[in-house]
Amino acid sequence: MEHYNMNLTLKVWRQKNTDAQGHFETYPVSGISSEMSFLEMFDVLNERLINEGKEPIAFDHDCREGICGACSMHINGRAHGPWAGTTTCQLHMRAFKDGDTVTVEPWRAGSFPVVKDLTVDRGAFDRIIAAGGYVSVNTGNAQDANNILVAKDKADAAFAAAACIGCGACVAACKNSSAMLFVSAKVSQLALLPQGHPEKKTRALNMIAQMDSEGFGSCTNTGACEAECPKEISLTNIARLNREYIVAGFSYEK
Amino acid sequence: MLNSKIPAGSLDKKWEDYKGHCKLVNPANKRNMEVIIVGTGLAGASAAASLGELGYKVKAFCFQDSPRRAHSIAAQGGINAAKNYQNDGDSVFRLFYDTVKGGDYRAREANVHRLAEVSGNIIDQCVAQGVPFAREYGGLLSNRSFGGTQVQRTFYAAGQTGQQLLLGAYSALERQVALGNVTMYSRHEMLEVVTIDGKARGIIARDLITGKLERHFGHAVLLCTGGYGNVFYLSTNAMGSNVTAAWKATRKGAYFGNPCYTQIHPTCIPVSGDHQSKLTLMSESLRNDGRIWVPKKQNDNRKPSDIPEEERDYYLERRYPAFGNLVPRDVASRAAKERCDAGYGVGSSRQAVYLDYAAAIERYGKIEANKRNLHNASSADITKLGKEVVAEKYGNLFDMYAKITGENPYEVPMRIYPAVHYTMGGLWVDYELMTSITGLYALGEANFSDHGANRLGASALMQGLADGYFVIPYTLGNYLADDIRTKAIPTDHPAFVEAEKHVQDTINKMMSIKGTKSVDHFHKKLGKIMWDKCGMARNEKGLKEAIVEIQQLREEFWKDVRIPGDANEYNPELEKAGRVADFLELGELMCVDALNRRESCGGHFREESQTEDGEAQRDDANFAYVAAWEYKGPSQFELHKEPLEFVECKPTQRSYK
Ligand SMILES: Cc1cc2nc3c(=O)[nH]c(=O)nc-3n(C[C@H](O)[C@H](O)[C@H](O)COP(=O)(O)OP(=O)(O)OC[C@H]3O[C@@H](n4cnc5c(N)ncnc54)[C@H](O)[C@@H]3O)c2cc1C
Ligand code: SF4
Ligand code: FES
Repeated sequence: MEHYNMNLTLKVWRQKNTDAQGHFETYPVSGISSEMSFLEMFDVLNERLINEGKEPIAFDHDCREGICGACSMHINGRAHGPWAGTTTCQLHMRAFKDGDTVTVEPWRAGSFPVVKDLTVDRGAFDRIIAAGGYVSVNTGNAQDANNILVAKDKADAAFAAAACIGCGACVAACKNSSAMLFVSAKVSQLALLPQGHPEKKTRALNMIAQMDSEGFGSCTNTGACEAECPKEISLTNIARLNREYIVAGFSYEK
Repeated sequence: MLNSKIPAGSLDKKWEDYKGHCKLVNPANKRNMEVIIVGTGLAGASAAASLGELGYKVKAFCFQDSPRRAHSIAAQGGINAAKNYQNDGDSVFRLFYDTVKGGDYRAREANVHRLAEVSGNIIDQCVAQGVPFAREYGGLLSNRSFGGTQVQRTFYAAGQTGQQLLLGAYSALERQVALGNVTMYSRHEMLEVVTIDGKARGIIARDLITGKLERHFGHAVLLCTGGYGNVFYLSTNAMGSNVTAAWKATRKGAYFGNPCYTQIHPTCIPVSGDHQSKLTLMSESLRNDGRIWVPKKQNDNRKPSDIPEEERDYYLERRYPAFGNLVPRDVASRAAKERCDAGYGVGSSRQAVYLDYAAAIERYGKIEANKRNLHNASSADITKLGKEVVAEKYGNLFDMYAKITGENPYEVPMRIYPAVHYTMGGLWVDYELMTSITGLYALGEANFSDHGANRLGASALMQGLADGYFVIPYTLGNYLADDIRTKAIPTDHPAFVEAEKHVQDTINKMMSIKGTKSVDHFHKKLGKIMWDKCGMARNEKGLKEAIVEIQQLREEFWKDVRIPGDANEYNPELEKAGRVADFLELGELMCVDALNRRESCGGHFREESQTEDGEAQRDDANFAYVAAWEYKGPSQFELHKEPLEFVECKPTQRSYK
């Protein structure tokens, strides 16, 4: 792989806190190596800002391996930037060329208020999981693991849905700020497994109710979420959630 | 002084007996007992969920925006359990034995045996929660092998096992949040332990969004705050992983066990430049199928595909025929370093070796062709089928490699090199996981307990979940049973006021330095000292130099660090500064410990102590002990020794040949 260096113009959203007005700030950066990750480019810029006596840009990140779901930048109009199936931290500067202008914003969604600069509050996702994203089994009650047989295709499909990292790109990509892809991933994982069956109905109903009360929009099947999801969570999960929800709605008795 | 509280009786009965006789807290009393859990990785989330289920009032803390993002989420390869589902000779005893041997006879037998005993329950629990482990066509769970063992006992979910286990524990935790048994404090950082009458009774935490300091009372405090590999700056750990919680406890009087035991993982993506912010692990599970080699010729500039089979040195298979590519991590790392130092390294930096999948792709391709009854498959077809199998097993790892390096690992061998990965050292705890401060516990990677001087792959997830799901629910009850008359202590108690003031003063001091150098500047410098002088190989001269250099660097930090912004707002630089300040103290203690331990064992390799063929040479007569260090003031540490006795696993020179 050829390495090269580049100069870029960054336009970055700066916002002091949730209540403050935000604005774009322009930063030229030079000597960026194509081998750097996108966040390492931000490290370089932040180091410079600190040396200049300015405040560095705040952004969420932790694992830098594409798995914790912390990083969350909207890059040139796309959640997590130009590479398909890739988180911001795994995006590398090879994706850009010398002279590019790169616009970086936080997730934009009413249910994800900006905390500072590029950092947002995704607490709503935790509350949706708390509403039903689990199997109600206390520690110590389990039978031998191999007593539960799960067909390989079901197990694989459950795993594919469970791969969701809770990053919120689906919400940021959706014009309605819907959280359906996120919710459907968890509902599907548990609906596909025998362990999840007893609570199938309440789970779908309760998680959707929580999603609505958090102010996420409704799903109009535009598919932007699937296109931007770094873990390539499939839209078929939303179809499954809709089925679960309808069945649950018909048959659920309190 | 150091009482490890190991129950009497034969090794295989100790835990059973303990559980049968430990004190219990009745349900009505549990409702009045408050437990603080700092950290919600595998250890903390599993403890919080289990204690919440039991009825304790739990407050859980993490510094990320959600408990689901703890560093545990990044664990890749798998989790061990002595299920013997493969009928290949596994048993509780064998898992116990492999772990003690793998740890180079520096772990406590009783703890390790308990770990092996509960390992099977962990898998049962996780499956019941809906953790989607890999399965065979018949619907049964699948296993693979990890280093240092000759059985297949590792359960996995592609290369995302930690993610799936943590999401299981996290959902159990969120269920308790919904039920009101656990209160979750995300984006909170614990900065002090509060002790009253010699017992841990709470913490001071900083709300990372507002910068406000908060006081929280607990009848007991559990630190589940992970490892300290980031003292090296570059490691495979998440960026935020740190020692602060454990170090604050150390300064309050908790002993720090075996700080010098660090694990350098053999298979990571090599450093590519000065901009590097972290190193990425390529899971040990890749050594199941991949073959490691370097050219037989020094400074060979040919492309790997141009180097014929007979000119390749599969040095692990050559040196260790019995375990081959699956020797334990410390052995594999040193062997890679040896080859690179001798001039056989590959890639532009020459600090790398190849991890090659060509043979595995062909082998799997043939098996798959047979399964599908394709008897005349072309070699292109076989390769295609083989790649599909490899993608199913390791796809996410291969993708990650491709994104980072820009190379396709299905076509060209991966370049890998050792990197800091895990810390076996940590807060000293007794059999009940209590530190040397009464009522203060440490679970998961934060404690020193089960892995001796070297951890086997897939055993950290096992230990974190064992501690949280199956050990602490018993041992904590045994302590709290005597505390049921203690009412919640109001947080205007002088001990809380004092502790908060101490934290505030430290923050003020840091903010007022207004120096010229960023926090990262100091962190990188510290990392370099540690890697060069307290890394894969250590010697007396280097360690003595390192101690002086770290002291100087620490002084410089407190004079010249620049932290922009304010303390009363969201300020990631201030968070980092506090963590690096603690690393600057811990780093010194690691060197002190490494200097004291004049033997080689596991991940701790003292150049002065090696066998003729370069293997680590233990000195059981003088060093068969846990080094538990007591903080006595800046640069002053007192050593306490916990002698290790081996009843079931008699120490021998570890051999994987
Ligand atoms: C890349 C990688 C791959 C790995 N793969 C495997 C594997 O395949 N198998 C295996 O067995 N092991 C593996 N390990 C090791 C294993 O992942 C860890 O040892 C284990 O997950 C640690 O879990 P923990 O619960 O102890 O701590 P962590 O998961 O590190 O959690 C620490 C928690 O403490 C919190 N915290 C820390 N300090 C504070 C503070 N001051 N205030 C408030 N909160 C705080 C954090 O927010 C977090 O919630 C891997 C490690 C790495 C780096
Ligand atoms: S569904 Fe995809 S985009 Fe949405 S939170 Fe999960 S991983 Fe992120
Ligand atoms: S930082 Fe963890 S997914 Fe990007």
